[in-house]
Amino acid sequence: MVWMVLGVLVVVAVLVVLYLIVAYNGLVRLRNAAQEAWAQIDVQLKRRYDLIPNLVETVKGYASHEKDTLERVVKARQAGISASTVEDQAAAENMISGALRQLFALSEAYPDLKANQNFLSLQEELSSTENKIGFARQYYNDQVRAMNTRVEMFPTNIIAGLFGFKRMGFFELEDGAAREAPKVSF
Amino acid sequence: MASFDDLIRENKRNTVLLCVLVTLLLCALASVIALVVVGVPETSGYARHSTSPYDSTGAAPPPLTHTLTVAVLAALAVAAVMIAFSYYGGAATVLAISRAREIRKSDDPQLFNVVEEMTIAGNLPMPRIFVIDDTAMNAFATGRDPRHAAVAITEGLRRRLSRDELQAVMAHELAHVRNYDIRLAMFVAVLVGLIVILADVFARYMWWGGSSRRRSNRGGGGAIQLIVLVLALVLMILAPLFAKLIQLALSRQREYLADATAAGMTRHPEALASALAKLEADPEVLEAANRGTAHLYIVNPFKPHERRFSASGLFRTHPEIKDRISRLMTIARGGV
Repeated sequence: MVWMVLGVLVVVAVLVVLYLIVAYNGLVRLRNAAQEAWAQIDVQLKRRYDLIPNLVETVKGYASHEKDTLERVVKARQAGISASTVEDQAAAENMISGALRQLFALSEAYPDLKANQNFLSLQEELSSTENKIGFARQYYNDQVRAMNTRVEMFPTNIIAGLFGFKRMGFFELEDGAAREAPKVSF
Repeated sequence: MASFDDLIRENKRNTVLLCVLVTLLLCALASVIALVVVGVPETSGYARHSTSPYDSTGAAPPPLTHTLTVAVLAALAVAAVMIAFSYYGGAATVLAISRAREIRKSDDPQLFNVVEEMTIAGNLPMPRIFVIDDTAMNAFATGRDPRHAAVAITEGLRRRLSRDELQAVMAHELAHVRNYDIRLAMFVAVLVGLIVILADVFARYMWWGGSSRRRSNRGGGGAIQLIVLVLALVLMILAPLFAKLIQLALSRQREYLADATAAGMTRHPEALASALAKLEADPEVLEAANRGTAHLYIVNPFKPHERRFSASGLFRTHPEIKDRISRLMTIARGGV
């Protein structure tokens, strides 16, 4: 009789341990997927930081009296580089996108600038980078949603609490702005 | 996402099924060819040659089982080589037939950017990008899996699409990549091409050559020879037809699915609709496409030919473009 109870207890203990392992591994997998997705966004954000100084230099040569707009772009870039949380980063990136859109809109008034091959290729690279950020963000948010659901739901929330898995922040952009390449209409 | 996994599994399974079918067809063809070439022993031959099949008359054919075993083994070997060739060399073959040349990012940064954007949207590795120097408008994707994929676009289509339309077309091609349509389509292109060539060679052989033994044969085996001949003819007719039917089964439903996936990836179904409208308006025939590769393209490369036979709808490799556009517009309006 004692052996039977012991046996049942052992079986239950083994099942609990097995469940813990599976749930823990699931959480690790989700967190890694979300981090990988973030790395994808990060690559594109860095690419944009690298492109902006070139753009500013090019535009300066043709439209030096658009100082305010150029400064806004530079400032937004600085804010993006120094951001520490996902939410701050998203806010800074929105600023960069807005400033760039304004800059490209202004460029319409400078035919020489519009004809500059360097400017055109920078414009293509920057709008493509913006698109890539948008698409990567969609994927990242999907991963974060899956992770957060798991972290909050019972009983995985207990395991998440035990091993320090936390909710991750969404990367929110202004609606629609992310997808569309800068388009200008007067 | 489960539906995509199902689709991928189905495509992989169909690829295996296709390989099995082709192997069986080759075995049948080889058996018939062997019987025609070597000849069939007369019905009484078994008893006569049972002790020593080769010595008594010298010219007497070996027993049926020997001939068939050799034929089937040869067919299996040929099938193995063909399947391995299709898997590892299929993409290169298809691209070479289509006269596509690979480009680098510096050749066309916008095209590269557009493809890269779609690989991010679809969470896919970056494919190789090819251009076909032809003014006709078309595009296709090929490769054995997403890690070994290639997309190709004609110069004519590249020049006439806006950025958004180009993105939509590339999304359509990458949808084929993600769904493993490219693997099945590549196998169809290469295996079907090879089978048609084999059937052709055999047909020529039957017409011009034939075996001396068959000619010298009189009486006895005549009935069996006739059956073999009829079988050979049936197989010769069936092989290309079988090829055609597989191609047809492949293309139509897949195009709708790839369109819908592309709309989801770009979140801009109108762009693909307007790209398709441009493709339909193009009257040019793509010279580099042939009957073996037609099903790979985003729209049928032989348009005038297609229109002539489109009344029946049965022998089209692609659905009507108008139909595809109207389905895309339904998605754009928020429908399913």
